[in-house]
Amino acid sequence: MPKRDLISIEDLSRADVELLLDTAESFLPVLERDIKKVPTLRGRTIINLFWEASTRTSSSFDLAAKRLSADTLALKASGSAVEKGETLKDTAITLSAYSPDIIVMRHPSAGACQTLSANTEASVINAGDGKHQHPTQCLLDLFSMRQNLGRDLDGLKVFIIGDILHSRVARSDIMGFQMLGMEVTLVAPPTLMPRGIEEMGVKVEYDLANLKDADVIYLLRIQKERIKAGAAYLPSLREYSQLWGISQARLGPKQRVMHPGPINRGVEIASDIADDDENLIAHQVFSGLAVRMAILYRTIVGYSDGAASGEVL
Amino acid sequence: MERTWCKPLPAAELLIKGGRVVDPESGVDAVQDVLVKKGKIVEVGKDLKAGKNTRVVDAAGMLVLPGFVDLHAHFRTPGREDEEDLATASAAAAAGGYVAAFGMANTEPVMDNASLLKGMARQAEADALIPVGFFAAVTKGLEGQELTEMGELGAAGAVAFSDDGMPLPTAAITRRALQYVKVSKRFIAVHAQDASLFKGGQMHEGPASARLGLTGIPDLCESLDVSRTLDIAAYEDAELHVCHVSTEKSLEAIARAKEAGVRVTVEATPHHLTLTDECVASLDPNLKMNPPLRAESDRKALVEALRSGLVDCVATDHAPHASEEKDVPYEEAPFGCIGLETAFSVLHKELVESRDLDLGTLVTRMSAAPARIAGLDAPAIAAGVTADLCVVDPAAVWTVSPETLQSRSWNSPWLGQELTGKVRLTVATGRVAWDDLA
Amino acid sequence: MPEPRPASETVILTAEQMSRTITRIAHEILEKNPGSEKLAVVGIHTRGAFLGARIHKLLCEVGGRDYAAGNLDISFYRDDVAARGAVGVIPSTPQPVVKDTDLPFTIDGARVVLVDDVLYTGRTIRAAIDALFDYGRPATVQLAVLVDRGHRELPIRPDYVGKNLPTASRERISVRVDECDGVDEVVLVRSKEA
Repeated sequence: MPKRDLISIEDLSRADVELLLDTAESFLPVLERDIKKVPTLRGRTIINLFWEASTRTSSSFDLAAKRLSADTLALKASGSAVEKGETLKDTAITLSAYSPDIIVMRHPSAGACQTLSANTEASVINAGDGKHQHPTQCLLDLFSMRQNLGRDLDGLKVFIIGDILHSRVARSDIMGFQMLGMEVTLVAPPTLMPRGIEEMGVKVEYDLANLKDADVIYLLRIQKERIKAGAAYLPSLREYSQLWGISQARLGPKQRVMHPGPINRGVEIASDIADDDENLIAHQVFSGLAVRMAILYRTIVGYSDGAASGEVL
Repeated sequence: MERTWCKPLPAAELLIKGGRVVDPESGVDAVQDVLVKKGKIVEVGKDLKAGKNTRVVDAAGMLVLPGFVDLHAHFRTPGREDEEDLATASAAAAAGGYVAAFGMANTEPVMDNASLLKGMARQAEADALIPVGFFAAVTKGLEGQELTEMGELGAAGAVAFSDDGMPLPTAAITRRALQYVKVSKRFIAVHAQDASLFKGGQMHEGPASARLGLTGIPDLCESLDVSRTLDIAAYEDAELHVCHVSTEKSLEAIARAKEAGVRVTVEATPHHLTLTDECVASLDPNLKMNPPLRAESDRKALVEALRSGLVDCVATDHAPHASEEKDVPYEEAPFGCIGLETAFSVLHKELVESRDLDLGTLVTRMSAAPARIAGLDAPAIAAGVTADLCVVDPAAVWTVSPETLQSRSWNSPWLGQELTGKVRLTVATGRVAWDDLA
Repeated sequence: MPEPRPASETVILTAEQMSRTITRIAHEILEKNPGSEKLAVVGIHTRGAFLGARIHKLLCEVGGRDYAAGNLDISFYRDDVAARGAVGVIPSTPQPVVKDTDLPFTIDGARVVLVDDVLYTGRTIRAAIDALFDYGRPATVQLAVLVDRGHRELPIRPDYVGKNLPTASRERISVRVDECDGVDEVVLVRSKEA
């Protein structure tokens, strides 16, 4: 069986996605008991390679691997050979000497996962590459939706609001949400909307006039860099907040808010929403662990979902 | 006056039998024999007989074409001999059916003074398998500030002037260059690009870049600078050559300028004529080039312009990069791909066999047209001229790989792929420069 | 008309025999655990869970108590993950769908009766015991199986056996339960290729 990478949501079929979500669900009881660990991946080696700062993604992958009893090795760019000019290819060759089963990587450049995969026998899981893809975030978003909004997400209307141009989360989410039958509308300042994105089958809007149509409102973080001189994407965070920020006043009673984090209170999200238990933001973080356990598990044992056959043991 | 140099090889004694000779210059498209003596074509006709010391080449089923001329290559010498040198570049060109090729000035050091040009000419006489020539820089150090000594450089044999790789930064320096180049009786070749719109760009801006999350390079980035430069050339009545045109918008501007009598010539690359931005989805660094692969509508417009002659010639923009530079994530890779050895195969398969272009037109755009722009005699297959020709097996299938390429680098968009059509023999300036018949 | 039974299948237990066997096992469990309030029946997915539920129902009826019950999925405890789907290794069987483990009672101090359909190598039971211990520390663990076909690879012995049936390794025991197979029966299947 050839190794299985997860670089883009496009690497998964709808059946694969549903199997991953079902698998994640079956890990939930494990996470609720006293011994929150199963021996499934005992003796397996999982390397976490984070070339960009990350708290929630790297920690949830690390914990997910530990919950599955795999041996983990975490590497960060700072203080490593990368600072001495080692190329990604050479890092891949070096790490391959440890025969890892999976390498989870976050990298600032699109295409890094392909470079890594070409130089290692390990399966590569993309934990975010440049502005390209963040498939595991998309899967945990889907999991949170399914747990909170019902298993059938078909026909659900999702508004993704914010810096679409620079967002790998948006790109993975558009593909994943559509795969499960949701309708996606993008809302962004015109400067932060990628030209041609409508060809992905999304609606493109520049203001919140139709926000009432949304079942789920998915907010993206606005980086302060976007207002720097020379960038000129936005005049000020204040104006962003006025025109595109979401507060309780703009929200209908049944609309649920999601955010990949970390949130910028007072910019894309008002504190009254951030502190409201009705939003799914905390659940998204919770989902990260079970979903990443499912991804690691399926990457090793395969995505086949044949009938149970206990007798082979 | 010399514009190209190569090392002395023994003059060819050949009888090329039974190939389909296609030479629009001589108006020939027929199965003919070609007899070459002492490096000159002495007879083209039926049932020619070989002399005692003449090698007979069985060209049945093959094409016998005037040799190609590449107006746009990067020899990487001096400075990056690890990527290419005159020996490997000329070998790659010969293997692609080329009988002359010109290197751009963005070497290290920059080709911006006559002594370097003369030195490179001596180097070519030692190393080059086919005649090679050189562009000189428009501005010293390609810095876009001070003009080079175009008079002296022209006299030393620079084919023309270009800061290729670096766009001319202001209208003012473009204007000065177009004014002053007249002292050399040469032209300016521009890499048209608006630097502010290019900033951070990774690929063509459109649905594919939106989907991939790569910073887009809008077609405007090229066409704005093409339009501006054409206006200046018109104003100064100067000769201009537009390098590697890639967008429909640029072609529209060029069509208007040509209509108005502006003295402009245009080249397009094999990759822009055959590939599109959708290919970039693989994030293969060998598909990262500047200008970027454009939309299918741009590609179609380019093919039509090549057919009509709005685009005068094919040029490869052969840009070797060391494997360690390209074996990195797409976003970190430098721009550029090699192209000398794949140009004819790719264009013949994708454009001629698909009937978008007839073979004669392709031959003209790869041979006579670029030769004339460079100030060379157009290669022809006719009695009395020096043999500048190639023999192509249009059905041969080969795989692009480091082993099959003559270039020292292998950053080809077609790396690992099978191509149809292979150059079997190249005779450049009367000498056998490539022989793959054995 | 029902399809004729393939020649490769021999019925070992009919529905009626199966029902009697399960009833006998339930009585044996009560005899061996007299008066225990801590008795808990845990079925192993998939068919063990259905058999476990039936045994549990009988225990409650006969014992007149509301005993604890649950079921266990051992997918995450299998010892053959390396051999299935591992890089370069062709999986011998499809990966089972992971089912929920549901143990709605305190494992600590419980007298757990594991229920499975067929006892073969013992590896499933090893995995089930491991899984169980990750939920708590039972007082005792006993094992009830409908069929013991031999070929043990681990030192595991059932406490309650429906039927002992020595088999050849190329033969297969198929336990079918009404809840998921639409019929109650146990059949011996001879493999064609072996």
